[in-house]
Amino acid sequence: MFLINCPFCGEREQSEFKAGGEAHIVRPKQPTELSDDEWAEYLFIRKNIKGVQFERWNHVHGCRKWFNMIRDTSNDQIKAVYKMGEKPPVK
Amino acid sequence: MSNNLRFKTSKFIDETYRVSFKFNNKTYFGFKGDTLSSALLANGIHLVGRSFKYHRPRGIMTAGSEEPNAIIQLHDNTSRTEPNVRATEVEIYEGLVASSQNCWPSVNFDIGGINNLLSPILPAGFYYKTFMWPASFWKKYEYFIRKSAGLGKSPKVADPDIYEHNYIHCDVLVIGAGISGIMAAKMAAKNGFKTLLVDEKSYLGGSSIYDNSEFSKINNQITSSWLEKEINEISKLENLEIKTRTSVAAFHGYNFLLARENLTDHLPINQRENKVRQRLLKIRAKKVITATGSIERPLIFDNNDRPGILLSSAIKKYIDLYGVACGENNVLFTNNDTAYETAMSLIQRGIKINAIIDNREQIDSKISYEVEKNNIKIYKGYTVVDTYGYRRINKISIMKLSKDGQTVIGDKTKLNCDCLGISGGWTPAVHLFTQSGGKLKFRDEDQVFIPEVYPSDQISIGSCNGNFGLKEIVNNTIFSIKKFLDIENSEYKNIEIISGSNLSKRNIWLLPSDKSIGKTKSFIDYQNDATSKDIKLALREGFRSIEHVKRYTTTGMGTDQGKLGNMHALGIISETAGTKMGEHGTTTFRPPYTPLTFGTIVGRNVGEFFDIFRRTPIHDWHVANNAKFENVGQWKRAWYYPKNNENMHQAVQRESKAARDSAGILDASTLGKIDIQGTDASEFLNRVYTNAWSKLAVGKCRYGLMLNEDGMVYDDGVTTRLGENHYIMTTTTGGAANVLGKLEDYLQTEWPELDVYLSSVTDHYATISVCGPNSKKIVSKVIPDLDLSDEKFPHMSFKNAKIDNIRCRVMRISFTGEHSYEINIQANYGKSVWEKCMEAGKDFNITPYGTETMHLLRAEKGFIIVGQDTDATMTPIDLQMDWIVSKKKFDFIGKRSLYRSDTIREDRKQLVGLLTENPDDVLEEGAQIVADVKKTPIEMLGHVTSSYYSPNLKKSIALGVVKGGKNMLGQKLIISMENKNINVTVADPVFLDKEGERLNAKL
Ligand SMILES: [Zn+2]
Repeated sequence: MFLINCPFCGEREQSEFKAGGEAHIVRPKQPTELSDDEWAEYLFIRKNIKGVQFERWNHVHGCRKWFNMIRDTSNDQIKAVYKMGEKPPVK
Repeated sequence: MSNNLRFKTSKFIDETYRVSFKFNNKTYFGFKGDTLSSALLANGIHLVGRSFKYHRPRGIMTAGSEEPNAIIQLHDNTSRTEPNVRATEVEIYEGLVASSQNCWPSVNFDIGGINNLLSPILPAGFYYKTFMWPASFWKKYEYFIRKSAGLGKSPKVADPDIYEHNYIHCDVLVIGAGISGIMAAKMAAKNGFKTLLVDEKSYLGGSSIYDNSEFSKINNQITSSWLEKEINEISKLENLEIKTRTSVAAFHGYNFLLARENLTDHLPINQRENKVRQRLLKIRAKKVITATGSIERPLIFDNNDRPGILLSSAIKKYIDLYGVACGENNVLFTNNDTAYETAMSLIQRGIKINAIIDNREQIDSKISYEVEKNNIKIYKGYTVVDTYGYRRINKISIMKLSKDGQTVIGDKTKLNCDCLGISGGWTPAVHLFTQSGGKLKFRDEDQVFIPEVYPSDQISIGSCNGNFGLKEIVNNTIFSIKKFLDIENSEYKNIEIISGSNLSKRNIWLLPSDKSIGKTKSFIDYQNDATSKDIKLALREGFRSIEHVKRYTTTGMGTDQGKLGNMHALGIISETAGTKMGEHGTTTFRPPYTPLTFGTIVGRNVGEFFDIFRRTPIHDWHVANNAKFENVGQWKRAWYYPKNNENMHQAVQRESKAARDSAGILDASTLGKIDIQGTDASEFLNRVYTNAWSKLAVGKCRYGLMLNEDGMVYDDGVTTRLGENHYIMTTTTGGAANVLGKLEDYLQTEWPELDVYLSSVTDHYATISVCGPNSKKIVSKVIPDLDLSDEKFPHMSFKNAKIDNIRCRVMRISFTGEHSYEINIQANYGKSVWEKCMEAGKDFNITPYGTETMHLLRAEKGFIIVGQDTDATMTPIDLQMDWIVSKKKFDFIGKRSLYRSDTIREDRKQLVGLLTENPDDVLEEGAQIVADVKKTPIEMLGHVTSSYYSPNLKKSIALGVVKGGKNMLGQKLIISMENKNINVTVADPVFLDKEGERLNAKL
């Protein structure tokens, strides 16, 4: 079970958090102008890599803030956490 | 029984404290300090169970948690009964009752023993093969297999014991209190680390604590004496917490570990009352030191499973720790020096050793010379090829090994014995290390897997790290811990160690025999009866991966997870397949290390605490008025209020009729309520609901539908504009938490520029809904100051009001189609306002109704319930609710998805009304809807989502989803039930008062 360093609260148990899928997928500003394929790309297509993955997490049983996490899915090492809107601190 | 098996000299046994216990209905005696296994052995009992598949007699094999055979049922026939308990781990107490399992009718005469004779037809994969062909055969076998196999009986009544969970945070966790664990704990604690030391046993010190040999000394003291002083010292350290009888079950990532602490299992039953039996410790450690030791390997030869065959180290432990001899005429069979330590313990007590069989040609250690000096015959370069004796070993035959160890040569020699100790060397207990994600490497010299890559801040020390021999263990512990903790002072200086044993070993995974392998039964996994023959068969049949071989032969799949034999399985696979050990890795060890009781896993979360439930402020009134409750999410909601022995149907019919004829009252407090404020609140609602919100006037209410981004209906409810920048949103009862989460997600991640604040206020208000033609009269009595005229207070509007100086909000909204009011008041006044309404409604037959009547009333009006009439595949268009989808709005959540190629299909399932041909036929919710039952396969068009008998319409009504249903009005369909087909007609989903006359009637 992870120990997650919430950017607002500090280290907390994983059980306080909820995972929210891949990070840095921006909702299109003008969805109505997208083709079915383009909209489907936004709506359904997610990466599932063995290795470094950018994820959204929510401190749901804490400050309720969403933030980003970089996690290596092959060994569950958390490389970094950072706030929404911030640039990833590592690649 | 045999008094000569007990030596009353062990300091771990309190010989003044006699304990009586029952095993298989016979009474025996032992002493305080005994385990069930040591007490049984002291009584001369080896045969304790039958093996799983062949029902072969099996005896106690080990003296620890790795025991594969001595698996017993504890507390037989009581509410505390527990199957699959290892007799080697049970500390005896007065009144203990235990029995063998997996034997029928008794351990001495077991009908399943016939499987042993049938073994040629019970090869590896027997069960799989039987399942596959012919299927009908299985039914014939099953009765007998079920009766004669199986691992124990599960309890049939509730567990009377108390369990709990504890969280522990520490700087350093040390797992295992053997010599290296004790040393590590001392070094950590003395250097300022908050340290926790746990061990699964009742005592500290591991196997060194009973190492009284003159051949292993630390600083010129006998190991056990030196260690005792160490234990004495650390037990006074303030920084150190020690927990015995505590077994680490799981080692997860980020140094999160689960351990089971046994608190009362060793006490007589009458001393356990009101005490916590077991604790699940949830440990988060900054650093973990694993010192779990190693497990002695058996040797694999024909008939190596008879009662009386034990691990050599277990024999030593029974003598030195418990003062119990396992036999009176012993033979030891070994490939390393460990057995000579056992021999010295036997010699010290004057117990006969008939011979030692050592597969090594040359043995060169001080301890072996000492054994020889005692006139013990050592057969060097020999192997055991067979054993004899059904319920207890009585003889073995041995042969000389060829130089390469691949065959046996010469004549067979038979030796008598009643106990055979075997030692195949040691396997580091790396289970917890691998659970944590650690990677192992294979060390060729002595054929062991040892830790290589640590995934977290942890280290393995002692023999679980592959350090064998006292000198290596002590020195390596000091060196590694200094480095690991980054400390200067090791607390140990100039330690001098003498050890009589050498580390040489001749490893042969499968010992050769004079018989062909097909004729032998050399057990690798004792608990699951997997033999070397099975492994070879699996390889012949083409299995290569260790994980496949494991499943096919069931090797390592018992409750002991193959702690003894997994290495041999790997060895035999690599020898047979000609691959290098370690190339295929090892099988995966999964938590728990030893089985956990369900009680420990659930802790205090049992009965009413299994899951929390939420009560409305009016709950007590519902209880006092005979309400039946249903669970909605975590809420207990009043379901219906039966009167005078009414059944549910009768109660609901009465309630529904009263609500339409005069007045009904509903506790709607569970509806989710979200307070929305901010200058962008209107814009926000525009984006989250399908309809338009900007033009909603202050004081007005509007129904809204919320979609997922994929266009599917997610939630619905009425939202009221309380002020210019202030709304209160209601959600479904079950959806409240998710809706809030979803709204927060969009606000924080997609639209952070919006000035909007959300607060969940569900619990802040009690919500009382009064409906029916007399609702206005009732509410006017409760709130006389409020102008309820239709001009001042029309449908879909809201007013602030006061009841006895307490502010409340009144909404005129309706989920029943009747004229109705919803009073929202601070939660703690909920019950009193409810009672006021009841009082005011007395003359109008005001009738409390529950969720069932609410569902019926709304179904008459064709109002949907999200989650009942919808699943995650229904768009508003599918629901025939096109009217609520704004065409003008630029965007809202899910808008784009409403015209994807899939969502615009005309043949999607759409919500329709259904009327039965016979108005008394009430459909079953979930029933399948079809058009043609003659054409097979029958095409499923949809299913019934809601169905009731309407007392107001005096007929059965239903809602359902049907492919292309929108265009099927008036069409006949069939509801296909098990015994009959019910004819239905597709109808408008609004069954009652489509024009809304009831809602707008002048009252
Ligand atoms: Zn937080």
